[in-house]
Amino acid sequence: MAADLINWGLLALEPPGWGGVLLGGLMNSLKIAFGGYALGLVLGTGGAFGKLYGGPVTRDLMEVYTTLVRAVPELVLILLLYYAGTDLLNRLSAALGYGSVDISGLAAGIFVIGVVQGAYSTEVLRGAILAVPAGQIEAARAFGMSPLMVLRRVTLPAMLPHALPGLSNLWLICTKDTALLAVVGFSELTLVTRQAAGTTKAYMLFFCAAGVLYLLLTLASTLVIRFIEARARRGWVAR
Amino acid sequence: MTPERRAGAPEPLVELPPEESTLEATALTRLPSGRGFLEPHRLALMAVAAVLVFCAAWFMRWDWLPTYAGALVSGVGVTLLMLVSTALLGFVLAVPIGLVQVTGPWWLSLPAQGFCTIIRGTPLLLQLWLLYYGLGSLFPQFPEIRQSFLWPYLREAWPYGVAALTFSFAAYEGEVMRGAFAGVPRGELEAARAYGMSRWKLFWRIWLPRAVHRALPTLNGETVLQLKATPLVATITVIDVYAVISKIRQVTYLTYEPLLLLALIYLILTALLVAGFRYFENRIPNRSA
Repeated sequence: MAADLINWGLLALEPPGWGGVLLGGLMNSLKIAFGGYALGLVLGTGGAFGKLYGGPVTRDLMEVYTTLVRAVPELVLILLLYYAGTDLLNRLSAALGYGSVDISGLAAGIFVIGVVQGAYSTEVLRGAILAVPAGQIEAARAFGMSPLMVLRRVTLPAMLPHALPGLSNLWLICTKDTALLAVVGFSELTLVTRQAAGTTKAYMLFFCAAGVLYLLLTLASTLVIRFIEARARRGWVAR
Repeated sequence: MTPERRAGAPEPLVELPPEESTLEATALTRLPSGRGFLEPHRLALMAVAAVLVFCAAWFMRWDWLPTYAGALVSGVGVTLLMLVSTALLGFVLAVPIGLVQVTGPWWLSLPAQGFCTIIRGTPLLLQLWLLYYGLGSLFPQFPEIRQSFLWPYLREAWPYGVAALTFSFAAYEGEVMRGAFAGVPRGELEAARAYGMSRWKLFWRIWLPRAVHRALPTLNGETVLQLKATPLVATITVIDVYAVISKIRQVTYLTYEPLLLLALIYLILTALLVAGFRYFENRIPNRSA
């Protein structure tokens, strides 16, 4: 009876089945997640240092950035950035005389997720940098290290263990936020799932299959994160 | 493991599960302080902001605003209704979910743990669509459901939105409650038992109030996150403020103006929430006071 209700053939990888389409969507989601997370880390590092060591104007601007992103729903931010970003880029290239450019959904998605993640990681990294004993940074400066060398040799390695729990959460949030790009029509896992479900009318099957894929991604990420955290905390005194 | 502790701030009341340790990084939980607003660089920045706002008001099209004002207000109402109802329901559900994971038998704690893992491990949008399209397409096949008194409600969209948002809140807050229940000092529970309290009395008088008290600081951030999750219900045709704005964008062909207004509305709602929570937090006595 149950075997008749569920048509597992729909999940086959070859074209009559939709398994290959789902995996392609998952790959798109992963690309966006990796790209957006990396961009977010870059923006977050800049934001955290701007907030801690920047001038008064830089600090206030960073505060505005993180406040806005933390107070407005991701969905609204994604829509705003998606349209505003592509529109601005088009106008810029038109003004420079290149005509309108085609912006790939992938690049736009990475940009959008990256800006949102940037605000989150600014806060996480700022807290982690504050947790580094000031004496260590002062000692590095007293040795005559340049600010960049202090960053590379002392601040970044010393803050990393403090930042890891927060950063790993941000990664998990990032993988789930990619689903929001379905709303702007980027064919990541959630959107292709809906298309597959709508075409075949097997809603339960496909949404559950996509849920399993997301869950596997989360669980695999958790395993990797646990390994990295254990490694980063070598030599820490157990508390 | 303590990323940021302001000097003089009390120890956190509850050992947070991992996902909540980034609560302050992903949800606005404190309003910027009013001090130092009159410093020269802030005055300059505010002047720039004022010019930007003026340009937006002057050069952009806002003539649609009076037409849709009523729809917008009712949309905000739906959003707030969704937020309050799902946060309350979710919290009520979170208490048993947290409790059985601390003290329950394995056949209760395992499902609770699985529920939290599954809900926290998959995107809310997918859960929402699973409930609305998936369950929504299954229900009509059963005549028992079609003839039940619930059918008129099950044909609408909002019960699925409420269910998905409630489950999500319950899973995240349930993990917090688990930590809160586990963190109540054993001595207090033993003292209650020594007084001869029954298990129910111990739970209602000591364990639950102490656990809720410990979990309160996370509620602020969780509620803001929940507010940020509510616009998703617009994708299943619930007419909240996000759906109203989408409608306006379709009718007027405007790209930015409605979205900017929407961001402003959410900004104000978040600020009101945070201010409200701060008011109540100041009224609840804590140990360090």
